Parts: sequence; structure tokens; C-alpha cells
Amino acid sequence: MLKIENLKASIEEAKILNGIDLSVNAGEVHAIMGPNGSGKSTLSAVIAGNESYEVESGSIIFDGEDLLELDPDQRAHKGVFLSFQYPVEIPGISVSNFLKAAISEKRKQLGLDPISAKDLLGKMREKMELLNMKKGYLSRNMNEGFSGGEKKRNEIFQMAMLEPKLAILDETDSGLDIDALKIVANGVNKLKNKNNATIVITHYQRLLDYIVPDYVHVLHNGRIIKSGSKELALELEEKGYDWITKEADKKWD
Amino acid sequence: MREELSEDELLEKVTTSEYKYGFTTDIESDKIQKGLNEDTVRLISSKKNEPEWMLEYRLKAFDIWKEMDEPNWANINYPKPNYQDIIYYAAPKQKKKLDSLDDLDPELKKTFDKLGISLNEQKRLSGVAMDIVVDSVSVATSFKDKLAELGIIFCPISDAIKEHPELVKKYLGTVVPTRDNFFSALNSAVFSDGSFCYIPKGVRCPMELSTYFRINEAGTGQFERTLLIADEDSYVSYLEGCTAPQRDENQLHAAVVELIALDKAEIKYSTVQNWYPGDENGVGGVFNFVTKRGVCHKNSKISWTQVETGSAVTWKYPSCILKGDNSIGEFFSVAITNNLQQADTGTKMVHLGKNSKSTIIAKGICAGKSNGSYRGLVQIAKGAKNSRNFSQCDSLLMGDKCGSHTFPYIEVKNSSSQVEHEATTSKIGEDQIFYCNQRGIGTEEAIALIVNGYCKDVLNQLPMEFAVEAQKLLEISLEGSVG
Repeated sequence: MLKIENLKASIEEAKILNGIDLSVNAGEVHAIMGPNGSGKSTLSAVIAGNESYEVESGSIIFDGEDLLELDPDQRAHKGVFLSFQYPVEIPGISVSNFLKAAISEKRKQLGLDPISAKDLLGKMREKMELLNMKKGYLSRNMNEGFSGGEKKRNEIFQMAMLEPKLAILDETDSGLDIDALKIVANGVNKLKNKNNATIVITHYQRLLDYIVPDYVHVLHNGRIIKSGSKELALELEEKGYDWITKEADKKWD
Repeated sequence: MREELSEDELLEKVTTSEYKYGFTTDIESDKIQKGLNEDTVRLISSKKNEPEWMLEYRLKAFDIWKEMDEPNWANINYPKPNYQDIIYYAAPKQKKKLDSLDDLDPELKKTFDKLGISLNEQKRLSGVAMDIVVDSVSVATSFKDKLAELGIIFCPISDAIKEHPELVKKYLGTVVPTRDNFFSALNSAVFSDGSFCYIPKGVRCPMELSTYFRINEAGTGQFERTLLIADEDSYVSYLEGCTAPQRDENQLHAAVVELIALDKAEIKYSTVQNWYPGDENGVGGVFNFVTKRGVCHKNSKISWTQVETGSAVTWKYPSCILKGDNSIGEFFSVAITNNLQQADTGTKMVHLGKNSKSTIIAKGICAGKSNGSYRGLVQIAKGAKNSRNFSQCDSLLMGDKCGSHTFPYIEVKNSSSQVEHEATTSKIGEDQIFYCNQRGIGTEEAIALIVNGYCKDVLNQLPMEFAVEAQKLLEISLEGSVG
């Protein structure tokens, strides 16, 4: 589904990604771990098409199409979803109006009929239940006055509504207490099926107890320096990052 | 990738979005010679078959105006109009007096269709009664008879002067005196038409009353006069809309609007102003110098709501004199400037009565090389005990070539009153746009969404049909601009 080859990217002259190779198939969950500043969030931003970053070389092929040729909204229409580490406030626009705009635009671009207000509301109610959202949530303004946990849940709610093929969860666990974490993880798990894929970006192994990955990759200095199964995450939890980053530094020096 | 635009290019694109009401109607017009002197005033008065007292009122105003200077304290820059180079009266030639809108000249009818005002539609929906003013005269008023059954008078002011002289004499010039300012004096001398409305005691006007203003003739000024009286315990919601053809020269619009809310009455006055703003180089466009003021008697309320998107220069401060105890004044405003447009707009809330309250919500949006200013006065007199005011002035900037200014004046003369003022300035963030993009919302739609969210408090005050129109107008006015 997603194939990234030798991806190099920078921001304001600073090189952040130094040649990423990653392959994700439908039905898989990949975890990307790594210390602060290793390039995890940059990778997600570049996949989503954030123009603050300059792609210097490499390719991102998604469902046979070159993602780098598409604008961020076009990527979204193809089924790429990013759960933001720091969701943005949009004052005066309610959650329901925002999602209505997003879903209408997507359906229009895909040549589908507009969804009726009744169907849309029904779907929103269903997904709200999935994530234990409180009544009145739909009429609150996008992320305005939301707590950290509410913002993250709002991201997953949007993911549930938009039903992406590829969901990238950027530090979705940060700022969540354990109950909220379980709710969010449970939501993500229920949305999983054999046709979609998830990339989970996290510092800590904790989230991976609830969203169990098929593969774990360690990112360091803009490169994937080690890949393995879910046991790798446990090993990292126990030993920290030093043992592999030092090894890698020797290799690339 | 699709056409990739830098910020500059996007801003450039704004300037190419077209003013869609810029057409002219080819219709025979009865107009007088350019220039302004006592004879002009007499000629206008005689064209309208006015009674002697009205002519005297005008001549007095003309004498006052001659002694006055054009104000220059506002934060706007424009070539001062040559008042001798303006045509002060132009009227579309009608074959005969109209009995119904169906008799309207086909050319004019076409004009209204283009403006999106379908008169038949208006009739069928029966939601809105409309008075239409083209250049200097009112061409049609709908629902006059139906409203008359309730004792409501809704007609061109030129008819009211003849048919209801007692009301006009009693109230005209009481809220905006002739010598109030340069433009009100000019208007008092040469106004040719406008709307008049009287709601009797205890009557709740069952439909929105509306006036549509259109400047058509070249070289003419439009000087309309609106007088709206809500008698005790009555209610009315009034709307006005305005457009003008695209012309290279500047056109002058100097209107006066007076509202009188007697005890326990409520007036809601909404404006969507979309005069031609000039082109991207600042050529042409309407100079919009308007005096709007209302007086509130005991327990009454006046609400001004305005969406200002047009005009090359706007100078406008819809105000409330809160004369009666427990009276309420409100001002909700969205002012958009783009290209080289300039706006100096705001309100005055003058608290005289005890326990009077006022609320001001002003939202400015500046794009291109435009300049927008909020200027507001909150004045609480010594006797206005326990009065309260809340003001909020926000500005949203797009790009780095525009300017936004806030000039709040506050004068409080007693210690039991309370005044609050909040102000913010913000830009549309790239992070907000990227967030919307990531959810599949394109950049243009994202800006429209963010701007609508920003203006929501004001747009919510507009009657339904108007709110939709205003939202579309915001989108058109800002097409392509990214900050």
C-alpha cells in the first residue's frame, strides 16, 4: 500500500530525514519509535504533504500513485490521514460543521453523491459512542478549549468518520491518561480491518500494549536503524535507545 | 502537483477576483445638470413635487453645508470629490406610476434578476417586503397594502413627505441634525429618495422590511435618506443591500439613516454593503460616507448589524443614543477590505439613561494592500448610573501588505458604570490551513471556513436569507488570499 524509498527531507536547510525506506501493506500495523529529534514527526508531516518541509529526494508511492505529486488535500482524498500531535484550533467552526465540510469535499472529489444530513448525523452518533464522547461535543468548536485528551480523542473521531486507508498516529498517546489511552486504542483497534493500515508513532512502549504492532522500526538521525517484531518494543522499553543508536552512529560516521 | 502558488501569487490572485455586480443597465434616465447651488436644491424639490416646508428644510441645510468643511480626521486617504462635478438627481424614466412590480420596466427587471433579486420570488416567498431605490428614486415597493392593514407605513420617503407630513416633520433630522456633519448637511440639502417606515404602537411587523439600493447612472451621487420609526412596544427587522456598476471614476454615496425606537420598541437594522470597491489598482469605486444613528427611548432596543465588503472608501459609524432608562444598543460588524480598499468604521454608544446597556462586536478582515480601522466611542454620562458596555474588536490580517487599526474612545462620567474592552489581532495560520487540507478541505475552502468561524458571532445576528448571502460574499471577497 505504502512504499517509501530513500526519502530525504529538510526544513530551513536542516536535514531531518536522511534516507528512509519503509514498506507498509494493507492489514498491517507499524510502530515507529525513536528518541526526541529523530525525525518521527517529520516523516508523518512529509507523508501528509506539509509544505514547510522540503523533499530533496526519494519517493513515496501510495496505492501505485506518487504521493509527492499531490497536494495535501488530494492525499487526504486518496485515504491518507494524520492524527496530529498538536491538533489546531479553528474558532467558530463546530466539530459537526468541520466534518461536514471535510466529508462533502472528499465525496465530491471522488465523484460520490453528497451524504444526507440525516446519514451524516447518524454516523457521527455511532462513532461518538465508539469513543465515549460526551453529548454536546458535536456543537463545540474545533479544538477550542479542548483538554489535551479531548483533542486526541477528537483526532481519532475524525479518523473514524473519514475511514482512511492509511492512518498515521503521531504521538497520539502523549497527554492521555490511562483511561483515555484505552478508549483511544480501543477505537483504533475497532477501525482496523484487512484493507487499511496504521502507522503508530510513539516514544513509549505503553501505547503498544493496546495497539499491538506487526512491525516495530527504530528511527534515529533520520534513518530507520532497526526493524523487528513487537518484541523489539519491549526490548527498547527495558534497555533504552542507547545500545542501538551508538551502534548505528558508528556505522554511519 | 497542481499549480503551486507562493503567498505573493495567492495574494495576486485575490486581485483578479471579479466584482459580479459591475454591469450597467441601459435605461433612459431623467437627470439634471451637474453641479450644486441653490437652484439645484430647488429643482430636486420641485421634481419631487414637495411641499414648501420641505424645500425650506433643504435650503437651510444647503446654507449650513456651504459653511462646513469636509472632515479629515478619519484614517483614510482619498481625493476629495469635486462637489460641482456630480449629478445630484437621476431617475430611471418610468412610463407611468407603478401599481405593482409587474409593471416594472423590463430592463430594470432584468437588472434585478442579475442582482439575484427575483421580484416574483420575493412575492411568492412573502418573507420580505422590499423597496427598491435606483439612483435617486424609489422604483418599486412590495407588500405596501398588506402592511397597511396592520397600520404599518412602508414607502419611499418622497411619498411619505406628501402623505404623512406630520410624521416626517416630527422626526426628520431629530436624530441626525442637519449640522451634525458635512455629509449629513449635504444629504439634507439634496436627498432625493430613500425608505420611510412607521410601525404603530404594539405592532410586531410580520415580515422583514428591506430596501435595495443601486447606483446605475454614471457621474451621479446617491443621497438616500431613511427614516424608521418604531412606536411604543413595536418590533421591526429591516435589511438593506447595495451594489453599483463598475466604473473608473469614484462615485459618491452619502446617506443618512435615522432610527427612532420609542418606549419598549425594538429595531433590528441589518446591512450588507457591497458597493463597487474599485479595481486592484484602486481605480474607481464608491465613496461611502454614511451617517446612521438611532435613538432609544425607555426600555427600547436598537441592534445594528453590518457586513461591509464593498466601497473604495467607507466612513461609517452606526450609533445609538441610549436616551431612555434600561435601553439597549448593539453593534455587530464585519468589515472586509481587500486590494486598496479603505474602511474607517465603528460605532458610538452614548449612554444617557440609567441602566442602559451596550454591546459592540467588531470584526475586521484585511487582505491585499487594504487598510481597515475600527473607531468607536463609548460615552457614559453622569446621570447614566449603572450602565454597562462590552466591546470586542478583533482583526484578522491576510498577507503582510495590509493594515489594521483600532481607535477606541471611552468616556465614563460616573462610578457605578462598567466598561469592558477586548481587542485581538490575528493571522490565518499556515498550520490551520494545513490541518484543514489534511482533512481533505482545499485551501480556498479552508480560508472561507476559518473566516466564517471568525465572523460567526456577527453572522449569527443576520436574518437567515441574509446570512447565507453574507457568507457567500465573504468567500468572494477573499478568494485566493492566504496569510
